[in-house]
Amino acid sequence: MIPLNWYLILAAALFLLGMLGFFLKRNIISLLLSVEIMLNAVNLTFVAFSSRNGQISGQIFVFFVLVVAAAEAAVGLALVIAMFRNRETLNVDRSNLLKW
Amino acid sequence: MIQILFMFFAAVALGAAINVLAQKHVLYSSLSLIVLLTSISALFVLLQAEFLAVINVIVYAGAIMVLFVFVIMLLNLPADEERVDRLRWLKLIGIPMGLFLLFMVGRTVWNVEGSATTPELPGTAQAIGASLFTDYILPFELTSLLILIALMGAVVFAKKDL
Amino acid sequence: MIEYFSSRDFLILAAKMIAIFGGVMTALAYTTLVERRLMAFVQMRPGPNRVGPFGLLQPLADGLKFLLKEQTVPGNANVFLYYLAPIVSMIPALLSFSVIPFGPDLKIADTNVSLLFIFAITSLGVYGIVLGGWSSNSKYPLMGAMRASAQMLSYELSLTLSVVGVLMIANTLSLNSIVLSQQGTWFGFIPRWNIFIQPVGFLVYILSGIAETNRLPFDLAESEQELVAGWHTEYSGMKFAMFFLAEYANMVTVSALATIMFLGGWNGPMFGPWWLQMGLPTVWFVLKISGFLFVYMLIRATIPRIRYDQLMRFGWKILLPIALANIVITSFLVAIS
Repeated sequence: MIPLNWYLILAAALFLLGMLGFFLKRNIISLLLSVEIMLNAVNLTFVAFSSRNGQISGQIFVFFVLVVAAAEAAVGLALVIAMFRNRETLNVDRSNLLKW
Repeated sequence: MIQILFMFFAAVALGAAINVLAQKHVLYSSLSLIVLLTSISALFVLLQAEFLAVINVIVYAGAIMVLFVFVIMLLNLPADEERVDRLRWLKLIGIPMGLFLLFMVGRTVWNVEGSATTPELPGTAQAIGASLFTDYILPFELTSLLILIALMGAVVFAKKDL
Repeated sequence: MIEYFSSRDFLILAAKMIAIFGGVMTALAYTTLVERRLMAFVQMRPGPNRVGPFGLLQPLADGLKFLLKEQTVPGNANVFLYYLAPIVSMIPALLSFSVIPFGPDLKIADTNVSLLFIFAITSLGVYGIVLGGWSSNSKYPLMGAMRASAQMLSYELSLTLSVVGVLMIANTLSLNSIVLSQQGTWFGFIPRWNIFIQPVGFLVYILSGIAETNRLPFDLAESEQELVAGWHTEYSGMKFAMFFLAEYANMVTVSALATIMFLGGWNGPMFGPWWLQMGLPTVWFVLKISGFLFVYMLIRATIPRIRYDQLMRFGWKILLPIALANIVITSFLVAIS
């Protein structure tokens, strides 16, 4: 059998990789992909705990996380299209008109 | 046997996640993310949540990532243009700090006891459906509203004349 | 672990895998021949009949030709994705056969989410088309790939929703259990098939299945008259053969699912001695699948192609509401009975 902490360490590593990608990347689509990595790591944690405790509510929550990820990806990509149409670049450092 | 499968899928997942961050062209990052999603689905199957594994592939890898790949191909994005040098010190400090954070989290999590699977959890569609439509019916209806809002938002944002 | 691989269960499983895989690949090769002969007969010409008796060695000749062709890569193409696309197209097409029950014992795996597994795997097949079209770096494949991916994504919805009625009646997602729930007869002679209870679901499934596999009349993505060959324009040789086989494998998968869910799978009248009865379910299954493939090819030979905007309108505004209405009515009927 596989101990639970292996799954939790793996999920933590994935979450931290997503977080590193979110902080260090400049392309907007890479940021969205890093958010997806983080959401997947959270899903893995939920399912691991749901399987350990024998309750189904962990997997139900994964459903809701999946729905939120889908909604966020759709709106995020629409924003990417709008941004690309206006600026011809996807570098987030270039969208700094509201900075002081 | 299960340990070998877990090691394999965990290695594939970590490799794919690192590849998502390391690639220059964003299309290869999306393809690596698809590999990550399928390996996480395989880990779900190891955790006896086979319905969720299949739903993960259908929704995430089969619909959301197709949306990503579609947008990337239609916008015909080039690879990342410039290698900005002022990011270098950020990466030099950031990656060791991230590893340190992983070490701290891992040290806390390591004390969790027990095996990851209990035999009395079904994980089938019946179990999830029974719970989803009785205990969690209100969040379920609210997520349908959420998807409607996201649909309207996506249509409005992608129009030509905003 | 080594003792599992040399145990009797694994050897039987390996024999089943070899039998099913070999049978499927041979069937795919001969499906191409049947299609060419059938279309030829509809068009009042003989079709390929030179290579063997009745052209039976034609797939062999085709295979040799594909193997020996020169491997070209178009200039400025993305080489990694160009080589990856046929693989990504072929693997999901063949993986679906691992959960389809060809007989009471002749199945490789029987999970309790088999039906959704097949839908998941076919939804991964979109990537082969998209990557193939994009990596060829040429305008016809790109247009074909964009159209094909939008079409496949739209018709996946009505495909998945059209079988929910069957799921509610059979109360399970496992394909073997769905086949077992259609055993027996009503009134002694009408078989207990789901097509009599779910005719609307059956029609929606067949139409979505034809659209999902990019076959006429929904094959705007590879229309020979408009886009030279659609997304596989720049492919030749063995890579084209892999795309080709993947398309036929998808057709066979859709037909197999249609027979399992609506026509009773491997159920059929049993007669004869025990050695005949062991092989008879598989014979019935193959006959029913052949019926569906025959209809597929006849539709290809006779019906014209529909336009892209008509196709999208049909998928979203006509098939999807019909599938949803089917679910509502079926759930109502299941609840009151």
